[in-house]
Amino acid sequence: MSLSRREFLKSSAAASAAAAIGMSVPAELEAAAATAEGDWRWDKAACRFCGTGCGIMMATKNGKIVAVKGDPAAPVNRGLNCIKGYFNAKIMYGADRLTQPLLRVDANGNFDKQGKFAPVSWSRAFDEMELNIKKALKHGGPESVGVFASGQYTIMEGYAAQKMMKGGFRSNAFDPNARHCMASAVVGFYQTFGVDEPSGCYDDIELTDTIVSWGSNMAEMHPILWSRVTDRKLSDPDRVKVVSIQTYTHRTSDIADIEIIFSPNTDLALWNYIAREIVYRDAAEGIIDWDFIKKHTIFAAGPVNIGYGMRRSDEKSIKEGKYTALEMETISKEMKTTVSNKEGPSLEPYGYKAGDTMEHTKGTLGHWEISFEDYKKSLEPYTLEYTAAIVKGDPDENMELFQNKLQALANLYIEKNRKVVSFWTMGMNQHTRGTWVNTLSYNVHFMLNKQAVPGSGAFSLTGQPSACGTAREVGTFTHRLPADMMVAVPAHRKITENKWMVPEGTINPVGTQDIMRIHRDIEDGLIKFAWVNVCNPYQDTASASHWIKAAREMDNFIVTSDGYPGISAKVSDLILPSAMIYEKWGAYGNAERRTQHWRQQVLPVGDAMSDTWQWIELSKRFTVKDVWGEWAPSGSRKDALPSVIEKAKAMGYNENTTMFEILFANDIAKSYKLDQNDPIQKGYDNTEGYGDSRKVVGSDGKVFEGYGFFVQKYLFEEYAAFTRGHGHDLAPFDMYHKVRGLKWPVVDGKETQWRFNAKYDPYAAKATKESGNSHAFYGTIAKALKHGDLKGMDKNTEAKSLANKAKIFARPYMDPPEMPDTNYDTWLCTGRVLEHWHSGTMTMRVPELYRAVPEALCYMHPKDAEAKELKQGGLCWVESRRGKVKARVETRGRNRPPRGLVFVPWFDEKVFINKVCLDATCPMSGQTDFKKCAVKIYKA
Amino acid sequence: MNNKSQSDRRKFILRMARGAGIAALGGFIWSAYVDEVTASQLMLRPPGAIKEEDFLKTCIKCGLCVEACPYDTLLLAKPGDHKPLGTPYFIPRDVPCYMCPDIPCVPVCPTGALDEASVTTNGKLDITIAEMGLAVIDRETCIAFWGIQCDACYRACPILGQAISVEYNKNERTGKHAYLTPVVHADACTGCGLCEKACVTEKASIFVLPKEVAMGKAGNYYIKGWDKNDEKRLEDATEIKTKTEISKDKAIDSLNDAGDLY
Repeated sequence: MSLSRREFLKSSAAASAAAAIGMSVPAELEAAAATAEGDWRWDKAACRFCGTGCGIMMATKNGKIVAVKGDPAAPVNRGLNCIKGYFNAKIMYGADRLTQPLLRVDANGNFDKQGKFAPVSWSRAFDEMELNIKKALKHGGPESVGVFASGQYTIMEGYAAQKMMKGGFRSNAFDPNARHCMASAVVGFYQTFGVDEPSGCYDDIELTDTIVSWGSNMAEMHPILWSRVTDRKLSDPDRVKVVSIQTYTHRTSDIADIEIIFSPNTDLALWNYIAREIVYRDAAEGIIDWDFIKKHTIFAAGPVNIGYGMRRSDEKSIKEGKYTALEMETISKEMKTTVSNKEGPSLEPYGYKAGDTMEHTKGTLGHWEISFEDYKKSLEPYTLEYTAAIVKGDPDENMELFQNKLQALANLYIEKNRKVVSFWTMGMNQHTRGTWVNTLSYNVHFMLNKQAVPGSGAFSLTGQPSACGTAREVGTFTHRLPADMMVAVPAHRKITENKWMVPEGTINPVGTQDIMRIHRDIEDGLIKFAWVNVCNPYQDTASASHWIKAAREMDNFIVTSDGYPGISAKVSDLILPSAMIYEKWGAYGNAERRTQHWRQQVLPVGDAMSDTWQWIELSKRFTVKDVWGEWAPSGSRKDALPSVIEKAKAMGYNENTTMFEILFANDIAKSYKLDQNDPIQKGYDNTEGYGDSRKVVGSDGKVFEGYGFFVQKYLFEEYAAFTRGHGHDLAPFDMYHKVRGLKWPVVDGKETQWRFNAKYDPYAAKATKESGNSHAFYGTIAKALKHGDLKGMDKNTEAKSLANKAKIFARPYMDPPEMPDTNYDTWLCTGRVLEHWHSGTMTMRVPELYRAVPEALCYMHPKDAEAKELKQGGLCWVESRRGKVKARVETRGRNRPPRGLVFVPWFDEKVFINKVCLDATCPMSGQTDFKKCAVKIYKA
Repeated sequence: MNNKSQSDRRKFILRMARGAGIAALGGFIWSAYVDEVTASQLMLRPPGAIKEEDFLKTCIKCGLCVEACPYDTLLLAKPGDHKPLGTPYFIPRDVPCYMCPDIPCVPVCPTGALDEASVTTNGKLDITIAEMGLAVIDRETCIAFWGIQCDACYRACPILGQAISVEYNKNERTGKHAYLTPVVHADACTGCGLCEKACVTEKASIFVLPKEVAMGKAGNYYIKGWDKNDEKRLEDATEIKTKTEISKDKAIDSLNDAGDLY
């Protein structure tokens, strides 16, 4: 550790970041940066937890992280943190940290699915993985090898995993937990803008007059952003309005001027009501910005009978009777529903009326252009009376007052010169019509010209720290490739194959194995090998009992890489100890397109190694002939995947060339040198590069001495090359080590605050050079549409180009597939609490956070508790058609549901609420609706 | 198994504490623990406990309240605890009072040391009017006052919004964040200690003290002119008599005592 390096770091990083955001760093901090501080070292990093993306500094002493501080130069948080961020220094040092590979074995040390876990060497672990992957490939080809990926992967890990899965194994059975949290937002972006990721940024908070939170408890889930919202409200309390639109009262309503408690799923109706006010009052009041609408948007519609993303009647496990009659009561709605009285009016413009049977086909992304008149017709039903009647979520609230609130909400959006930001998180994403409700938000903002301008816009807040940076931008989804490219598009596959130096035709064109599909394919016996990376899919997936049973009782091999023994590790056959966040070089990308890098701060604990290393070591076990031969049709892939071995030979590879040599240790990779004179690397460990002082015995039974090149920089730069030149541009690796993150596209060293806006986004400026338009929605996906009306597409029309235009969608209110009835009379909503991160594997091991919230409670209305003879603090059963859990009744405190709804958070593995939840998804995005199912509550 | 061993342990402690209590009643040990009586000033008693001085006289150390507590919150002071032997108390940082609406610990009290009437509103038990203590905040160590987004105490408060509320202030250093800091309201706080339990600092920065210890007292000779309710304090107002060092003698005596004036 050298003083000059530290000086360099402090001065260059802080000064350049400060310059970038026009803020001065306090003099005493600058002074401190230049003097020796003692026997500890400070270095910048990103917070491990949510999608806010706070900057932190880690203090390292004797090879261990000992403290953390908020980074005063970080623009997002300016030195502050929430209490999860406050405990970043403690998350890696839990007493039960996994330190060596563990395999289920029998008394003779042979693998035995029923055996107990015993420590094995890394080489034995890779032997078992190799054996079982080869077995799986033989069984059903690439579709039989699955990976549960993550929105908490570092960018480099996600990219390494994607390369090996899609370029090596040719498998698209690769999908992240981010599917559960962001997929509806993504499909909403694709459908509306033709490109993923939000137009605005957090600076909108300081610039807006109105903050509307839709189905998002920002106060607990994005506390630092919430403190910015609060500050904005304090700055001008009369002018700035805060609206909290939720299914139950929680902390986000604390500073709200208006609180709207809505009945689950009716946010669809509420958005349409606002749109109706805009459209139907336009003639009299001149509300719509017609110039903007005509230049920048078109109207569109798609089919409504698209099911609910549950299993269909022709699926193997359904036919084999793996689902009980009770479960089938709900699942049968995937094929057919009866239009309800609630849905009758909203579906009328689409040709349905209450009592009709709706036959559902498999979910589709298909849509077509419609006229404004048709769009207007779709809004007709959402009168104040109809909307209020179905939306009002608190049975005890006065109807007239409720109607007044809806009117006030619409007026806030409509008010001329009032800037409005709409924020949402899981409420609108975890939704069986999640894609729809996402697109509905943009409708309102577009018609008012309040999108992609400073201070106004609909903005999807991300849950995970790198759901954007890794899962979405790298494309660790079944259907995606880097930088918004798709496996289904031949040109995209070709670009990727060239970059990866793999033969043309290597990448599997069928990408349909999303995260629910992976679970279901394991249950159907198609997937025989699954690897869990940086996530906890056996705790975080609804209908959990099915997936756990399939993992434990069927003939398959499940591997979990993790820092701690969570539920996924417990149901696995092999557990690999992973290096945790600050034990490796990494980068995350937050919700406002900000990419942030950090260096390896310390060596991993025990024999733990990074997920990047694990993927690269695995690639050594597979050669061209193992993976690049022909694969017969499998799963939803109806054509054979042709052999590319001959093409590989023409590229200079041979049958025995390993994937390691091709994908990870090629000549380009080796050109990224390890160099202790490089100011970025100097004085820092690089376990993958050099090995380290632990002398971990690696996958070949020998001490791992490092790859000898700067593999993390190679992976980042190769990935970043995909992003440059078309509106996704990332800066060079080294630059991120000098600043506090940059919002892409980074063009000529400058970040972008508002995408699609010609004043701020160089790509929009370029696209509008001739037209002089204010905006260009330059995304390229689904930008040629045929014409139709609300009832269908006219196949005979010509597809018309919609270059630079966004779409406004007609989409109705529909019921979710499972709603309270006489047997299961209560809505169940799940979610998080501020104190715990996701499944609690890290935060439940921080003593202070564990003590603050040691268990998940069942929050319910006191009158419901009384009616069900439940005692405050007493135990109750929460039971659905799928299972039940026991939880303590809480009728007070932070979450106050209306009568008829309970809230149970999912962090607590002892209150395993996902056994109760329903695995219905948005059929377009594949994202599970964890917010709605029907339960009964009774005394335990 | 864990539950069983816990309950065995609990019975043992109860027996031991009761034994000591009985001995104390016999006048055998009591005098040896005088210092513990003074220590009791800092003890948190079960809901409905009457004034400490009277409580010590009335409580017969039977342990029925301790047995009735479903959360193992209540403890009986045993030898070595340096607390009045055999009397019930709780340590909120370990196990706070969970404020059961049916307050099972109070009605079982055979002597009225726990006074049911004091936790009853309109004939119904009402834990929200209990006065076990008062939460106080150390603003130096409370990280919310640093700008950290914590308010764990606020979220843990069973009467959130009333006993603890959040105060909002601009953070001028960052220029774009707000401080969300907890404020305890003595009129609503019951002293249950759920906030102290939840506090994430190493030693709790919000903690419960007996109300008499935690609170000052403003005299009822000044009434807030801007607060109509404050006039209630006049009910206890009495005749005012004052005496200071300078006024302790009769006027005529001090007038006649020239001292070294001239």
